[in-house]
Amino acid sequence: MTKLDRRTFLAASAAGATALSAPMVMGAAHAKPRVVVVGGGAGGATAARYIAKDSKGAIDVTLIEPSRRYYTCFFSNLVIGDFVDFESTGHSYAALASEYGINVVHDMAIGVDRDAKSVTVASGMKFDYDRLILSPGIDFVSGSVNGWNLNDQDVMPHAYKGGTQAALLKAQIEAMPEGGTYVMVAPPNPYRCPPGPYERISMVAHKLKNENPTAKIIIADPKPKFSKMGLFTAGWEDHYAGMVEWLGPDFGGGNVTVDPGSMMVDIDGEEVKADVCNVIPAMKAGRIAEIAGVTNDKGWAPVNAADMSSKMDANIHVLGDSSQQGDMPKSGFSANSQAKVCAMAVRGALTGSKVFPAKFSNTCWSLIARDDGVKVGANYEATDEKIAKTDGFISQNGEDAATRKATYEESIGWYAGITSDMFG
Amino acid sequence: MVNDLMRAVMFLLALTMASPVLAEAEGDHGRNVFKKCKSCHQIGEGATDRVGPNLNGVVGRAAGAIEGFRYSKAMIAAAKDGLVWNSDTLDAYLTKPRDYMKGTRMSFSGLKDARDRSTVIAYLAEASTTAASNRDPDVAPEILTLEGDPDYGEYLSGECVTCHRSDGGDEGIPSITGWDNAAFVTALHAYKNKHRDHPVMQLATSRLNDEEIAGLAAFFAIQQQE
Ligand SMILES: Cc1cc2nc3c(=O)[nH]c(=O)nc-3n(C[C@H](O)[C@H](O)[C@H](O)COP(=O)(O)OP(=O)(O)OC[C@H]3O[C@@H](n4cnc5c(N)ncnc54)[C@H](O)[C@@H]3O)c2cc1C
Repeated sequence: MTKLDRRTFLAASAAGATALSAPMVMGAAHAKPRVVVVGGGAGGATAARYIAKDSKGAIDVTLIEPSRRYYTCFFSNLVIGDFVDFESTGHSYAALASEYGINVVHDMAIGVDRDAKSVTVASGMKFDYDRLILSPGIDFVSGSVNGWNLNDQDVMPHAYKGGTQAALLKAQIEAMPEGGTYVMVAPPNPYRCPPGPYERISMVAHKLKNENPTAKIIIADPKPKFSKMGLFTAGWEDHYAGMVEWLGPDFGGGNVTVDPGSMMVDIDGEEVKADVCNVIPAMKAGRIAEIAGVTNDKGWAPVNAADMSSKMDANIHVLGDSSQQGDMPKSGFSANSQAKVCAMAVRGALTGSKVFPAKFSNTCWSLIARDDGVKVGANYEATDEKIAKTDGFISQNGEDAATRKATYEESIGWYAGITSDMFG
Repeated sequence: MVNDLMRAVMFLLALTMASPVLAEAEGDHGRNVFKKCKSCHQIGEGATDRVGPNLNGVVGRAAGAIEGFRYSKAMIAAAKDGLVWNSDTLDAYLTKPRDYMKGTRMSFSGLKDARDRSTVIAYLAEASTTAASNRDPDVAPEILTLEGDPDYGEYLSGECVTCHRSDGGDEGIPSITGWDNAAFVTALHAYKNKHRDHPVMQLATSRLNDEEIAGLAAFFAIQQQE
């Protein structure tokens, strides 16, 4: 649509160029404000789409993303549990380009020049911006799990970024010997998707219960408590009694060394031979945020709540997992919610469109077993200091089966909703 | 018409006589299944048309027969062809409404389970004549007639479309496009005042004022389903 407008405009200006003076027309074309978005995930794809859609061609939007298909981390646990097939979690950028006129560039951003206001990509091209939006997700903190580095991800997968890691972890689970052992090294706070590791455990247990019922699952966890803990532990007791062993810091869960060569895992001096070892390391903002110089000493990018602008550079906005914003969990829902607030603020700044007060919300659904879904959600508002939680809810133990089933069905609706909100 | 009603009543009677415990369970089940319908349909004494037509006497009624209700073209055509709602036609329709009647405005994915269908049809036959059961409370007329700003509604809708697809798709989460204004406003106030018990919707509506609800209603009323 927008693309068509632009073509029409160019055709008109070419015709006009003979009558008027060409440079003037060129100048007018360049005066369009430019937004560059780095990262085409939950935050970036949503921001690019909303800015393009709502500015109706008044803003030039470029989206830089290396992958041609985005495989969502959300629902990747359901892929492991055989509830959803892997291919259905992949999404193309085609509609963002063809229907919304976004300039989609499949490349990796490797540099940001904040003075010149330009982004460099691996192929060497440069993109100038008036506003830059960074939503590069997470990277792992190297050395955070003793004995593991990124080169070991093919042996001991994290399955905590989009792409093929979830499929690899699933294949490893299928290849486990009868009665084998699955070990998860859980991450310290803060990390993306607080219930994610525990939904993962539920889905692994579901699969093993069907295919390898004498197998064991061990979680080594540096945290004394985790998201939806009461719901998950009750669910494991209900559905997978005796299969899941959770070792918190009191039992040495925070003192772990892995050896990818021998598949041995040392948990506080106890040696465990793992058949599958799922290492989820500590996390920090996606590397490009650090390169741009908008991260703090903890590795995250502090932002102002009202418009998600960086506290270090008013022309850069940081969304989603990379941002340090306050009370919102790092989730796809949150990133999508923040992106819409940011898109409105950026349009307001560049075109003078109306800016309404920022409102944020989040709900995270998790599946514990077939038709046994739970959820946690909250509302948030922007304060001077941070994004602050106002009120929230969480599923309760002892809910009837119909409620749990409805909650699961709702999560399928949410998945369809958010992916169409991201990719059009 | 009388026949179908009789059949439904006889069916219930037969169940009651054979096994009172089972009959009660089936009745409860039907009432529970109806919860999925009642965000759009009213039934019982004083029921009125909302997003969907009121369902009093629907078992045995000709399709598309409620005067003044804005039916889809598909429903009007089916009515012309003589479609009558009885336990068989309702069973077929409710299995997957959009398969049975392409173009129906009822955006409901269907009841796959045969027991769900038979019990809810029995409930429909029975509930028409009983007292109204927990229906959304009426909204004050000055709130209902508040003129919403669809542009403001469009901005606010960003929060809705994370789950409710803007193209009107409705897998697992109902579609909210193309609703009648009053029905939309009444439903949102029912969540806000905690008469409807969905926690995500209660949370979302808790911070919407009357004007914002009116804006959303105005915006979604003009959205087209694909
Ligand atoms: C197992 C698991 C389950 C989850 N389940 C849920 C759930 O049920 N609900 C929920 O809401 N959230 C869930 N999440 C969390 C959710 O996936 C993230 O919070 C969300 O994707 C964050 O969005 P983002 O935009 O910050 O990053 P991402 O969605 O990760 O997007 C970042 C994008 O940036 C690109 N990128 C990175 N660096 C560069 C660069 N230099 N140049 C160009 N592009 C770059 C990447 O390729 C990527 O596509 C889950 C996560 C995991 C791991």
